[in-house]
Amino acid sequence: VDSQVTCPWRSNLVRPRKHIKNCYATYSPFQATSSVEIIMFLFNLQELAGEMVLMFSLFSVSTKAPIQWEERSVTAIKGPSGRWMIPPEAKESMDKSKIGLKGPLKTPIAAGHPSMNLLLRKTFDLYANVRPCASIEGYKTPYDDVNLVTIRENTEGEYSGIEHVIVNGVVQSIKLITEKASKRIAEYAFEYARNNQRISVTAVHKANIMRMSDGLFLRKCREVAENYKDIKFTEMYLDTVCLNMVQDPTQFDVLVMPNLYGDILSDLCAGLIGGLGVTPSGNIGANGVAIFESVHGTAPDIAGKDLANPTALLLSAVMMLRHMGLHGYAKKIEMACFDTIRDKKVLTKDLGGNSKCSEFTNEICRRVQDMD
Amino acid sequence: LQRSIESLSYYNCILRVFLYNVPPPAKYGGQHTVTLIPGDGIGPELLNHVREVFRFSCVPVDFEVVNVNSSRADEDDINNAITAIRRNGVALKGNIETNHTMPPSFKSRNNLMRTSLDLYANMMHCQSLPGVQTRHKNIDIIIIRENTEGEYSSLEHESVSGVVESLKIITRLNSLRIADYAFRLAREKGRRRVTAVHKANIMKLGDGLFLQCCREVASGYPDITFDSMIVDNTTMQLVCKPQQFDVMVMPNLYGNVVSNVCAGLVGGPGLVPGANYGRDYAMFETATRNTGKSIANKNIANPTAMLLASCLLLDHLKLHEYATTIRNAILTTMNETRLHTPDIGGQGTTSEVVQSIMNIIQKTGPRTVAYY
Repeated sequence: VDSQVTCPWRSNLVRPRKHIKNCYATYSPFQATSSVEIIMFLFNLQELAGEMVLMFSLFSVSTKAPIQWEERSVTAIKGPSGRWMIPPEAKESMDKSKIGLKGPLKTPIAAGHPSMNLLLRKTFDLYANVRPCASIEGYKTPYDDVNLVTIRENTEGEYSGIEHVIVNGVVQSIKLITEKASKRIAEYAFEYARNNQRISVTAVHKANIMRMSDGLFLRKCREVAENYKDIKFTEMYLDTVCLNMVQDPTQFDVLVMPNLYGDILSDLCAGLIGGLGVTPSGNIGANGVAIFESVHGTAPDIAGKDLANPTALLLSAVMMLRHMGLHGYAKKIEMACFDTIRDKKVLTKDLGGNSKCSEFTNEICRRVQDMD
Repeated sequence: LQRSIESLSYYNCILRVFLYNVPPPAKYGGQHTVTLIPGDGIGPELLNHVREVFRFSCVPVDFEVVNVNSSRADEDDINNAITAIRRNGVALKGNIETNHTMPPSFKSRNNLMRTSLDLYANMMHCQSLPGVQTRHKNIDIIIIRENTEGEYSSLEHESVSGVVESLKIITRLNSLRIADYAFRLAREKGRRRVTAVHKANIMKLGDGLFLQCCREVASGYPDITFDSMIVDNTTMQLVCKPQQFDVMVMPNLYGNVVSNVCAGLVGGPGLVPGANYGRDYAMFETATRNTGKSIANKNIANPTAMLLASCLLLDHLKLHEYATTIRNAILTTMNETRLHTPDIGGQGTTSEVVQSIMNIIQKTGPRTVAYY
């Protein structure tokens, strides 16, 4: 029972085609059986996301991808028991379609209001956060040759939220590491590496100081590595990884780690390729659920002005298409996006140009149509 | 205003207890005695070079060498070392390796030293050197890291089989102490801005307490700007625009990550010295605390970090002329002669670099021993 719940993909694994060597591919448990796949688009009532909706309807029409979008709001509401929860329509739509694409969500600063992202994570048991980081040709950063993936355990670790005030002036936070979660994330990491033709997996830890907790995480990673002899497994201290990452990021391939280290390192890697405005991200959950999202903020100052950069959400959508097995469409959209950025003629403000969001999207749609 | 006066009087009484009774370091017959702990890996050879340079420059420092065997399970060695440091007041050390496959009762020797001697502040000054080729230029950041508590409390237990809890402790006293150290240092060095690095949006009580203490201390230093930043954003900003940071203060684990990132940005672990200060004692070492096992005894290690740490030691002992002479010699070798070791892209050996430093000291310094 346990293996069925934790590894639903084992039974119907689809290997991506060999000539597509790209870090955005995830393993895809879905066969494109019907011509219409239903996925969900989650958004909050921010206007920034409104532009994204427009953009996506534009491009799904032009690329003719067999996707039907259902829009659902995920603004938390107070349930009958008084606890905050995701609206039930959103939840049942998600359970039916299993794949979602999410725009930026803002957590109101009101006291007692839970974090929106945390709520989503708990509702769908999104245990793995995958963030592929590859340098974008045309968007210059001091680091040119980054090509790595960070896989972060998303449910426990330092973010368990268990804190106590022992006496006045002394606070204790509890970091929780469990065998089950560590095994699950390690297995996901190795499966990902195998399905995307990755060479090595590195476990990042601090077991010299946190002997038992990170020791347990490492032991589970080692055990899982025994079953994947074709992939090289190494372990490295967190500080060594940070040191080497800023000097030479080419030495890393897939990194797997607990929650806090993952948070810091995935943002570090996003900074290497140009920031959160161009970084895609995917959250994989139990029972085949996957939500792909852009991790940047809601940017209320430019909402509604057609100035936003849709690259992060676009690349997350490409990741989503690969996850579903629609590699042809994914490749087309991705190439169109990279070509547009490389040509530097039509770019949004944060990429260095002065075009609008709709112009940028139209340019990408045009390129996709030209490719057909 | 009322609140800041209250908070000032609160921590003022703490300060009176902690700060104003610093005993002078050991000095017999004009010669200072300093404890030397060779450690593992490249530690012994680099510390030998330090002794060579000191002997050559006629520095009035005697080293009391205390060896710590990292593979022994009992704590006699480390207790001897700690007693020696208590006796002498100052220490210079190489990193002692921690084998993380040993059981949790075997604590990290370095951590044990820092907590027993209450060396609560770790200071690291990262400066771009003109002679070293790096991706980012003009970096000048001072990092102050809390050294005794936080995630490194080594308090872990396995409550249920397969579930490990690790405790992170934050106390008001230690947070006030480290914040005060940071602001005093910033004022002494004429720095304008102090940034606190935290994750208080997730660890609301723990890092929230740290942040609150920093704000209280900041209110007593109106000439210095205080702001705060979340740790994942900090790492992203560090790889994009490190020139925006001035002085940074943070708890233990974030300090580990940020100091390693900054060391990587200025050229690597071989260039930056680190200092650990307590109320009564001081300990100097390389900032990133690497054992360097893979390059031990090959004559390719970079001696700069250890030699600059020894200059910090001389400054602490108030032997400023010797410190300046040696430091200038090191910087001249680094920037003008461009004699670099392999880790920063050159072909020189450790002994060549040290020889070049000693030649420059001979030309510019007051008095040196005739070299046989």
